[in-house]
Amino acid sequence: MNELSALPQHTTQMMLHTPFHSRVVEACEINEWSAWQGYTTPSSYTNVEFEYFAIRSNTGVFDLTPMTKYRITGADAEAYLDRLLTRNIAKLAVNRVAYIVMCNDAGDVIDDGTVFRLADNEFRLCTQERVLDWMMWSAAGFDVEVIDETADVAALAIQGPTSCRVLRNMGFAGMENLKPFGMQTFEFNGARIMISRTGYTGDLGYEAWMAPEQAESFWDALFEAGKLRGIRAFGSEALDIARIEAGYLAAGVDFVPAEQIVRNGRGRSPLELGLGWLVDFNKPVFSGRKALLKQKEYGPRYRFVKLSVEGNKPAEHSFIYCRGKAVGTVTSAGWCPTAKTNVALASLEMPYGRPGDELEAEIYYMRELHWTRLMAKCTIITKPVWEPARRLQTPAPDA
Amino acid sequence: MKKYDAIVIGAGHNGLCNAAYLAKSGLDVLVLEKNSYIGGATVSRELHKDWTYSNCSYVCSLLRPEITRDLELPRHGLQVQPYGGGVTFCKNGDYFGNYDDHERQQREIARHSKRDANAYDRYAADVMKQTRLIRPFLMRTPPDPTSLKPRDLKELMHLAKAFGEMGEEGLADTLRFWTMSIGDFLDEYFETDVLKAHLAGSGIIGTALGVYSPGSAYVLLHHYMGDVDGTVGAWGFARGGMGAVSAALASSFQSFGGDIKCDAEVGQIMVKNGKTTGVALSNGDEYHADIVVSNLDPKRTFLNIMAESDLPADVVKKARNFKIRGSSGKLNIALDGMPTFEGIENGSILLKGDMHFSDSLERMERAYDDWKDETWSKDPYLDMLIPSQIDPTMAPPGKHMMTVFVQYAPPYIDGREWTDEERDQFGESVIQQIANHSPDFRDLILHCEVRTPRELENEVGLTEGNIFMGELTFDQLLFNRPFPGYAQYRGPVKGMYMCSSGTHPGGGVMAAPGANAAREILQDLRRPNIVPGAYADD
Repeated sequence: MNELSALPQHTTQMMLHTPFHSRVVEACEINEWSAWQGYTTPSSYTNVEFEYFAIRSNTGVFDLTPMTKYRITGADAEAYLDRLLTRNIAKLAVNRVAYIVMCNDAGDVIDDGTVFRLADNEFRLCTQERVLDWMMWSAAGFDVEVIDETADVAALAIQGPTSCRVLRNMGFAGMENLKPFGMQTFEFNGARIMISRTGYTGDLGYEAWMAPEQAESFWDALFEAGKLRGIRAFGSEALDIARIEAGYLAAGVDFVPAEQIVRNGRGRSPLELGLGWLVDFNKPVFSGRKALLKQKEYGPRYRFVKLSVEGNKPAEHSFIYCRGKAVGTVTSAGWCPTAKTNVALASLEMPYGRPGDELEAEIYYMRELHWTRLMAKCTIITKPVWEPARRLQTPAPDA
Repeated sequence: MKKYDAIVIGAGHNGLCNAAYLAKSGLDVLVLEKNSYIGGATVSRELHKDWTYSNCSYVCSLLRPEITRDLELPRHGLQVQPYGGGVTFCKNGDYFGNYDDHERQQREIARHSKRDANAYDRYAADVMKQTRLIRPFLMRTPPDPTSLKPRDLKELMHLAKAFGEMGEEGLADTLRFWTMSIGDFLDEYFETDVLKAHLAGSGIIGTALGVYSPGSAYVLLHHYMGDVDGTVGAWGFARGGMGAVSAALASSFQSFGGDIKCDAEVGQIMVKNGKTTGVALSNGDEYHADIVVSNLDPKRTFLNIMAESDLPADVVKKARNFKIRGSSGKLNIALDGMPTFEGIENGSILLKGDMHFSDSLERMERAYDDWKDETWSKDPYLDMLIPSQIDPTMAPPGKHMMTVFVQYAPPYIDGREWTDEERDQFGESVIQQIANHSPDFRDLILHCEVRTPRELENEVGLTEGNIFMGELTFDQLLFNRPFPGYAQYRGPVKGMYMCSSGTHPGGGVMAAPGANAAREILQDLRRPNIVPGAYADD
């Protein structure tokens, strides 16, 4: 692992560009840029609201190249991932994708992500954080090779009700038959690209994975095919609204990745993030199993909840109170423009958040330099506030 | 003759800080300084016309922000600004560049090892856990673990609580961290030699330990627990050189009516009936006060300027056994222009930070072998900076000032004093190492000051030239600094106090020992405490 990789001139260039950069720059009218894993990425291209509604009503396109990607190969690849991840990977068929978390031995979540089974002994793991160090320690004793392929794979999320149609217009015949969490390889421009029916928006949508050389022509063909279908590029701000509406967690926002934690006890287990369904205790061995089993028996320290918040003021960074006592904090919050609901994701101390617990969010908002404090009633909700049927329909509907 | 309320011996930063708080409290305070200039090891000196040298300490991070603010040091002329970057040049022509922005740092580490790039985050988090434990104690007097006084018990509880909050695993990690070597610690995270070498420097600077000597991991912490504007671990330059720190402290002290006398070397702390009465200078002049505070290191304090007959035998023994070993030297160089360094363009932020030429722990350990052989390192570890790239006051426009901290340099060569010839040879070995990576460096030298432990001891007054006034090893930290029973700044004689870096929390231009000692003195005088406590959780 000591190779001197040919990385861009780091002494002169502070930020990296994704392979889509020439097209992104052209589309980014308002120059709202932010840094994501060292890449220059747009927070917004034109107008956050319009970008968001492209996701919900047409097709939104998001450059997710900076997402950390690892390729795992080798005779023990499946056994290795079964040890690394809390889910049962043996059950994951080839050409299927699974949402996953990985835990450290204390049962705290290091990161969440998706694992793609490309072949029997070949997987791709996409994560928000860099987790190579933990993956390499975990690989000891397994016949497996782990490669960081972040810069070698360009990726676009193509999300929204017309996304299937747009991809079919590009010539990807049979796209509508791809099931949720399925993936398929297509030919494009004489090269092979992979398209998965996955996403982070809670809507019908796809992610396309390709070699960096394909990036620009793919972008061009995609936008050409979507011209009459309201296609629009969207930035991280619109994505954040969509994912909160869908109730998805963000690493580093809704939990602190375990390896980065400085203050003892600030980690969260999957059980404390509402992700207990990702933990397969039937597996005899996986990282964090012992600690999680103990937690299951004695009860977790925190409860992660989705809240419907009274009124329309976002409960960002709010304390949550139960009968006057601060029992937790909001990790993500926002007004959901499609569900027309005010939601918050919150971490509560146990045992709060029981049926019958009256919860309130302490919200501050400013209008013309005047601050108002508001105690807003919160109701725990179990389902996402936006869950369109098209998300799971196969064949995928055409509009 | 006039009697002062308090006399502080030594106008280094701790002496001045201590004096400033005593004067601010309303006491009539005199600071005596043996040199013709103030500052001790916190000085700016013009040894070559129009060039300013920070010729001892050279960078700033540990200076407590609580003191800077409370004594209004910025109003008294102090400006501290961070520098980014840093680089270690490799023998094979490559280098490791340490960027201050996370992403470029990741990318540069990944150029050497992708795995190490990711491990760096875990390393940074783990070091931060340790700095968070120690930082709240910098502005506190260490508790006496054998005392049953309510205050000591309260402080012990505070200490126990801080340790308790680390958790079971955290506590085990802490005990390991405080006792292990920096080499072993880094080996647990990284595989890249040059990365480990770059990071290990902080574990040995100022210390007569090698990178594989137990205890050197704590020394790293000592260099990481400071901050610049809340960025923990960051280092900066004092505008105008480190002398700006002591000048601001002196100005603050004087604004409270304090008095400083230079060229006033104290020969003796006078003791009568178990109490201090003042000091006698080497020239025989006497100054009187009921309170005498020594800002000299514990050896000089108890063995040079106090009569051993005035001291408990136990203190004499502990002072003699106090570990204060010279390990470093310094070159201060006036340059006719900015040298070019192989592989990195001028103007790069990498050259604006700390530069080094030891690309493996192996080379650093071998450098320490020379110290054990009582000679200077033939392949030394350098901590080199060119502050004039950021601070325009250090050299004329287009010209540069270079500070080169050098390790290792023993206090004695084969058991005897350094000769001038050996000093020059030592300087040459440093210049040669730099010139190996900078072809035009040698030709740009206009003036060069070379300081071995001999010069540091004779000119500054640091025993053996030890920059921390005592090794920062676990046996000499917290309630054992300088030694058990005397860690609360009170000397063995009534009215006599210590405020040097030889007391808790140690050296590094922190000013905390001076402030903490003032708090104790004010308490003994039953005056209200005016010394600030530490900022909370950061």
